[in-house]
Amino acid sequence: MNTVSCPECEAEITLDASTEVGEIIVCSDCGVDLEVTGLDPAEVNLAPMEQEDWGE
Amino acid sequence: MMPKRLRIGVIYSRVRVEEKWIFGALEKRGLDYDRLDDRGISFDLQNPAAWCAFDAVLERSISYNSGLYALRMLNAFGITTVNTAKVAEICGDKLMTSAALARAGVPQPHSATAFTPEAALEAIEAFGYPVVLKPVVGSWGRLLAKINDRDAAEALLEHKAMLGSVQHSVFYIQEYIKKPGRDIRAIMVGDRVLTAIYRKSDHWITNTARGGEGEICPITPEIESLCLRAAQAVGSGVLAVDLVEHPEKGLLVNEVNHTMEFHTAQPISGVNIADEIVNYVLEVAKK
Repeated sequence: MNTVSCPECEAEITLDASTEVGEIIVCSDCGVDLEVTGLDPAEVNLAPMEQEDWGE
Repeated sequence: MMPKRLRIGVIYSRVRVEEKWIFGALEKRGLDYDRLDDRGISFDLQNPAAWCAFDAVLERSISYNSGLYALRMLNAFGITTVNTAKVAEICGDKLMTSAALARAGVPQPHSATAFTPEAALEAIEAFGYPVVLKPVVGSWGRLLAKINDRDAAEALLEHKAMLGSVQHSVFYIQEYIKKPGRDIRAIMVGDRVLTAIYRKSDHWITNTARGGEGEICPITPEIESLCLRAAQAVGSGVLAVDLVEHPEKGLLVNEVNHTMEFHTAQPISGVNIADEIVNYVLEVAKK
């Protein structure tokens, strides 16, 4: 099971089996957005802040 | 002779659920494809060989600038892209979209532009209140402002001119439309309307990124015709056409999005939009 520690609040987060690198997950404890940067081993970083030109 | 095996690139910023579905659709077909994180790519203008290996590139950046310039480079190298840089130029800028729709005679909300707070205030006063001010580049309902009176208009225009980037001094003014608590998003691939949903909200901004809820919307001949005209006006491709129901003028095209999200539309409609996008990419790659 892939678990990581939230870099903001140190909560333990379990990644779903379908999680992919580049995906954004939300820490269920502190609510911060995290980017999955690795799966073997599991790794997350704080997600980049939303920029003015982001969108669809 | 064995048919040529296609190679597809997908430029992305984040693996949202839409990208997961698109990657899944590519993998299901056993296609050669590369995931190209826009934070890691570069373009050597004198050595395009690595990029020229792609038969088509699908652009799914959430950064408008990164996506647009990537498309410009790729199109300059002669590489087929979905969408084209031209489509992205038009759809990513609300004023460009309005201009393209106006040129094609597609019904849209009354809008105007001005480049100084003074000229913008004059234009706003001519509209009457309330009026909506939008950034020309931006999405997800961000930085939209409903202005109810002259005091608010003066304050907002001054703040935008002083505190915003130079782009915020291109003031995009649009009539405020009393929508029936919803707007319509139609998903298009080429000249086909795949599906449409209502985006419902009590807030005047009905974007699902702002909490609007989705519900299936029947594709009437009017919706289909309007979407087709809007798509043709901006250059066609993989698009989301946003329509509003004006109480007097009827259906109007409000926006056309070129890297649309469909996390609400796909499950509600049951249409495999990701699959249709991949079909379209393969179709243009073979040309």
